[in-house]
Amino acid sequence: MPPSEALRAEEPALRHVRQKLPHDSAAKHARGAAPYIDDLPEPEGTLHVVPGGAPVARGRIVALRLDEVRAAPGVVAVLTAADVPGRNDISPSHKDEPLFAADEVLFHGQPVFAVVATTRDAARRAARLGRVEVAAERPSVTVEDALERGETVLPDYAFTRGDASSAIAGAPLRLDGQFRIGGQEHFYLEGQVALAIPGEDGAMHVHSSTQHPSEVQHVCARVLAVPDAMVTCEVRRMGGGFGGKESQASTWAAMAALAARVTGRACKLRLDRDDDMAMTGKRHDFRVDWSVGFDEEGRIGGVDMEFLARCGCSADLSQGVVDRTMFHADNAYFLPELRIGTKRLKTNTVSNTAFRGFGGPQGMLAMERVIDAIAWRTGLDPLDVRYANLYGEGRDLTPYGMQVEDHDVAPALMRQLEAQCHYRARRAEIAEFNAHSPILRRGIALTPVKFGISFTLTHLNQAGALVHVYQDGSVHLNHGGTEMGQGLFQKVAQVVAEEFGIGMDRVRITATVTDKVPNTAPTAASSGSDLNGMAARIAARQIRDRMALVASGMFDVPPEEVAFRDDRVFAGNESIAFGDLACRAFQARVQLSAAGFYRTPKVTWDRAKAEGRPFYYFAYGAACTEVVVDTLTGENRVVRADILHDVGRSLNPAIDIGQIEGGFVQGMGWLTTEELVYDGEGRLRTHAPSTYKIPVASDVPADFRVALFDGANREDTIYHSKAVGEPPLMLAISVFAALADAVHSVAPGRVVPLDAPATPEAILKAIGLAGAA
Amino acid sequence: MAAFRDGIRMAMRGEVVEVRDFAPATTLLDWLRLARRRTGTKEGCAEGDCGACTVVLGRERDGRLVYEPVNACITLLGQADGAEVVTVEDLGAADALHPVQAALVAHHGTQCGFCTPGIVMSLFALAHDGGAPSRQQVCDALAGNLCRCTGYRPIVEAAMEACAAPVADAFSAREAETLALLRRIGAGPGAFCGGERAFFAAPASEDELAALCLAHPDATLVSGATDVGLWITKALAPVDKIVWLGRVRDLDRIEDGEGELSLGATVTHARATPALAAIDPDLGELMRRFGSRQVRTAGTVGGNIANGSPIGDLPPALIALGATLELRKGDHIRTLPLESFFLAYRKQDREPGEYVRRVIVPKLGPNDRFRAFKVTKRFDEDISAVMMACRVTVEDDAVTAARVAFGGMAGVPKRAAHVEEALLGSSLGEGTSWRRAADAVSRDFTPLDDHRASAAYRSQVARNLVIKAMAEIAGAPSSATRIAGWREAADAAE
Repeated sequence: MPPSEALRAEEPALRHVRQKLPHDSAAKHARGAAPYIDDLPEPEGTLHVVPGGAPVARGRIVALRLDEVRAAPGVVAVLTAADVPGRNDISPSHKDEPLFAADEVLFHGQPVFAVVATTRDAARRAARLGRVEVAAERPSVTVEDALERGETVLPDYAFTRGDASSAIAGAPLRLDGQFRIGGQEHFYLEGQVALAIPGEDGAMHVHSSTQHPSEVQHVCARVLAVPDAMVTCEVRRMGGGFGGKESQASTWAAMAALAARVTGRACKLRLDRDDDMAMTGKRHDFRVDWSVGFDEEGRIGGVDMEFLARCGCSADLSQGVVDRTMFHADNAYFLPELRIGTKRLKTNTVSNTAFRGFGGPQGMLAMERVIDAIAWRTGLDPLDVRYANLYGEGRDLTPYGMQVEDHDVAPALMRQLEAQCHYRARRAEIAEFNAHSPILRRGIALTPVKFGISFTLTHLNQAGALVHVYQDGSVHLNHGGTEMGQGLFQKVAQVVAEEFGIGMDRVRITATVTDKVPNTAPTAASSGSDLNGMAARIAARQIRDRMALVASGMFDVPPEEVAFRDDRVFAGNESIAFGDLACRAFQARVQLSAAGFYRTPKVTWDRAKAEGRPFYYFAYGAACTEVVVDTLTGENRVVRADILHDVGRSLNPAIDIGQIEGGFVQGMGWLTTEELVYDGEGRLRTHAPSTYKIPVASDVPADFRVALFDGANREDTIYHSKAVGEPPLMLAISVFAALADAVHSVAPGRVVPLDAPATPEAILKAIGLAGAA
Repeated sequence: MAAFRDGIRMAMRGEVVEVRDFAPATTLLDWLRLARRRTGTKEGCAEGDCGACTVVLGRERDGRLVYEPVNACITLLGQADGAEVVTVEDLGAADALHPVQAALVAHHGTQCGFCTPGIVMSLFALAHDGGAPSRQQVCDALAGNLCRCTGYRPIVEAAMEACAAPVADAFSAREAETLALLRRIGAGPGAFCGGERAFFAAPASEDELAALCLAHPDATLVSGATDVGLWITKALAPVDKIVWLGRVRDLDRIEDGEGELSLGATVTHARATPALAAIDPDLGELMRRFGSRQVRTAGTVGGNIANGSPIGDLPPALIALGATLELRKGDHIRTLPLESFFLAYRKQDREPGEYVRRVIVPKLGPNDRFRAFKVTKRFDEDISAVMMACRVTVEDDAVTAARVAFGGMAGVPKRAAHVEEALLGSSLGEGTSWRRAADAVSRDFTPLDDHRASAAYRSQVARNLVIKAMAEIAGAPSSATRIAGWREAADAAE
C-alpha cells in the first residue's frame, strides 16, 4: 500500500479540516465591511505622510531645497535623514539601504524626504515642490551595465558537481544560449500603507500592511532608537502581499513612525500607486547564459548555467532569492554534472525583493528552456525529454546534495495529467492544424513543478501561536502568520476548531500583533499553514489536555479516553458541553491559555559548504497549456489549461484550488503581458495599471481544469497537507513553453529565441529571428 | 448666472443628498471615503484602471432606470448630479447578502478582498442589465476590475450564477420611487457651484453651455472625465473651472439615418456601441475592447475626439469611415473632416470657447469593406500599441477607393496616404498587389519607441495589419486570421 493510502485509511472523520469552507472574511469582503488600514477610523488629528523621491538614478546629493515644501498649505513637518534619531537604515540584513537618501542616490524615485501634512492631498501637493539637486552620474540600469562596472550587492555563489564543462564537451550533442527573464510587479490591490500611533514613554503602535510584523517592529525600533519592546506592529489583513510586503513594508511603517515621533500625532502613509510601483522592489529579472550536453534520447549529461540577477540598489532579500533560483534550476530533473553559478548584480534600480516563488520560478523557467531546446534539437517531443530527465532510482541527488526521497511523485503526476488531458492526441491535432494555418499557430506544453518547502535560512522555520479558551467555551486564536488573502487564518481556525471539537463560530480569529506572538518569521516561503497550523495545534492541545484532565476527574475515566467532538466533551458514558467544561476548568483553577511553538524538523543547510537538507519536503504539480499565436502581430491566447497539483491532503480544498488558480494566472501574467520597462535613465516607465498589464478575466482560459493530486505528505505536516502558496505560480511555465512551441512550428528544428515575458512584441520578434535564422 | 442652482443633488439610499461647497475637482471616491466615511469603496490606482473603486450610478435612460458602473476615483463628485449613487454598503440587508455578494462568497470568489467591493458593484450593474449573460459578456463586464489573487474563475462562475435570472432586490422593488426621485432632482435649470474663479458648472441646455464656454473660455470641458480625472488625480493639475456636459440633453442624441449616423458629443461609448456595431462588426469589437465597461459608461464619443489623444481608438476608425466633425462657438456652427481636427500631438483645431457638438459618420455602401484592428499587450482594457482601420471599396475584384487610418503611429490619428494610393487598383485575387501596398506603411509613418511597443514592432505590425485586412477582404475567414473578434461569430449572432 502506498504511503498516501495508508495515511488515509487511518484518518478519522473530520468536521472542519478538509472541508471547503469559505474564507473567514468572505462575507465582509463582499459587503465592503472588512477594514484595511486606510479604512480604520483615524485618531483625532491624524496627519498624512507622502515621500519625495530622487529625480535621478545615481549621483550625490548636492542640495536639498525644501523651503517651498515647508511653506505649502497644510504642511506640519518635513522629514529628511537628519531627523532620524536612530539608524537611517531599513534594510533587512545588510545595512545597505537607508530610509532617506542622505548623500548617495541609489535609484530613481528613492525617498529623499517626506512631507507630513494635515491631509493627504496637501502632502502630495507639497511633496512635488521639493527640489533635490544631485550631481548625477550615468546609472547602471541593465545587468550589462553592472557587469561592466563590476558592481554586485553580494558575492558570487555557485553549486558544482563533477566537471560540467568536460561533461558538456564530451556529450554527443551540445547546445548553448542566452535567455532573458523579466521581473514582475506585485500589484497587490491594496498598496503599501501604515498608520503609526504614538503611545506613552516613546512607545509606538504601528498598523502596517506587512507580511513580516516582527521585521516592521524591528526596523521601526532601529530607526526610532528605542528597544523593540517599545514598538508594536499589528496587521489584521492585507489587500494582497505576494512577497511585496515581506521586507518592503518596513520603509513606509518606519517613515510613518518617524513622522509620528516628530509630530507627536498619529501619522498615516499610504503610497500612491505610481510611487508604490516606482519605490518598491519587484521580482528579480535575469539574464541566463547556459550550455548543455546531452544524448540522442535527450538525456542531460552536463549543464552549466550562469544566472545574472539584477538585484537593484541593495541586497534586500537577494541572498535568499537568488539562492532559491539555484535550488530550483534543476526543477524536477537529475543533472549528473553541473555548474549553477550566480552573480548578484547591483544596479541603480529599486531593490528587487521577494515575489511568490522567491527566485524559484526563474531557475525553473531557465531549466525548462534548456529542456525545450534539447527537444527542438533532437526532434523529440518536449514531454519525452522531460520524462527522460526526471529524478529516479539512483538518479536522486539534487545539485545541493539533498536526496529526493519521493521521486516517484513527479512521474506519476505527469503521467496522470498526460492521460487526463489527452496530450498526445492533441499534440497530433495541433501539428495537423499548423500544417494548414499560415497565420495562426497553436502550441501545447506539459511542464512539471517541484518546489522545495522550507525557508532556506533555516532559523526562520519556526512559529508561535497564542490560544485562549474563555469561560463560555469561546476561543481566541492568535498566531504569528499574517493574512494576505491566502486563507491562512481560516485554515488555522479549522485546525483549532477540529482540535477542540467545536464549531467554527466559536473560534475568534484575531489580528497578528507582535505583543501577542513575538519573534515571528515572515509569512512567506509558502510556510504559513505548515508552521502556524502546527503552532496553533500545539497550543490548543495543551489546553485540551488540561481540560481532559478536568473531565477525567469529573467522570472518573482515564484522560486519554476523553474525546472532544460535536461541541461536547465525552468521557465514558457521560458528556458535558465544551463551554460548561471550560467554566468548570476555570473554577478548578486550570490555565485555559497556552502558547504553542513549532519548529520544522529535519531541515539543515550549511551554505558555505553547500550541504544539508534545506527543504523539509517538496510540493509537486504539472500543467498542460494550449495556446494560439497570431504570427502577423504576435497576439496570443491561452485556450485551455489542465492542472494537476499536489497539496498533500488538503486542509481546505476550496482555498487550495484558489491558490492554484490564482498562482497560475499570476504566473501567466509574469510570462506574457506583464512587462517592466525601464528607460536609459533608470526610470520605470510602466508604473501604473494603465501601462503595466496584469491578467484580466478574459485572459483566463475558458477551458480551465484544475484538480488536486491524490496523495498525502509523507512528512508529518499538519494533517499531512502540503504548502500551496508559491508552487502553483510555476505551473504557468507551461504557458510560456506552449507559446514557444507555437513559435517553433514556424521554423521547426531551430531553438526559439523567445525571451520572457512573451509579449506580442517578443513573440513577433522571435518569429522573425527564428524564420531568418 | 442667477438662473442656475448652486448645489448638486443626488440620491443615496432613497434620500436626496445636496452638496454645495465643494472643490470643483473633488472626486466621487474622495468624497465618499473622506467626507462620508464610506470606506467600503477602495482606491487601487486612482486612474480608472483597476476598478476597486467601482460604484454604480442609477440614471433614467429612455424612461427606464438603469444602473451603470463607474470608476469613482476619476468620476467627479459633480458628475453624480441627478443620479442615484449606489455603493457596496448599500447592497445587502443587515441579515442577508445581496445575490451577487452571496454568489461571490459561495464560489470562493474573494481572497484578499480588496478588489471585491468593486467587483460586487460591477456585477450588481450586470445583474440589473437583465438577461443571462454569456461567459464572454461576464468577462466584458469585469474587464475593468483587476483581481490579483483568484485568477477570476470563481468570480466569473459566481457572476454567471447570480445573473442567470432577473435580479429581484431592493433596488428593483423601488424602481418607480427611485425614478420619481431622480426626475425631481434632475429637473430645472443647470447648476453652478462655486464662484467666478473656481466652479463646477452643469449647464442643462446647449445655449447655457455655449454661453458658459464664451464666458469662461479657459474652463475645462468635462464629459466622462475618463482623461480629465487623471489630470486631477495623477498630475495634480489645477482644474478649477469645470463645465460638465452631462446634463446637456441636446448633445446626447444618436440619429441613425439611412446613409449616415450622427453621434452627439456626449453619447457615451456604451450607448454608441450598438449603432457603430450595426455599421460593421469590427466596430462592435473595437467598442467592446474600448477601455472597460466603467470607462465606456462614462467616456463619450466627443470626449475621445476632443481630447486629441494620438491613440484614442475611435478617431482612426471614424476617419477611415470618412466622418465629419461639427463644432460650435456661441451661435456659430462649423464642420470639418475629422482628420483635419488633429493638428499635432495634443493640439486640435478648436478655438477657445468652442466645443465639439457631434460627429457624423457615413455608413458603408454595398461595395465597401471595413476592417479595424487593435493591437495591445493585453486584449482587454489596454491602450493600443497600434490601431488600424480601413474602408476599402471593391468593384470587380479591384480596389477603387481606400481610406486607411492608424492610431499609435504618429502624434495624431492619421491617414496612411501612401498605403491608400498603393491600394488603389490592386486586385483582391493577387496577394502580391496588396502586400506591396502594405509595405508603403514605412513611407507614411516613423513611429516612436515607448513602453507600449518599439518603433520596429509598430512598423511591422502596421504593415501586417494591412495584409491581414486585405487577406480577409479577399476572402479569408477571420477565424483563420485572428485570435479574437471573429466576424463570423458576430454574423451568426445577428
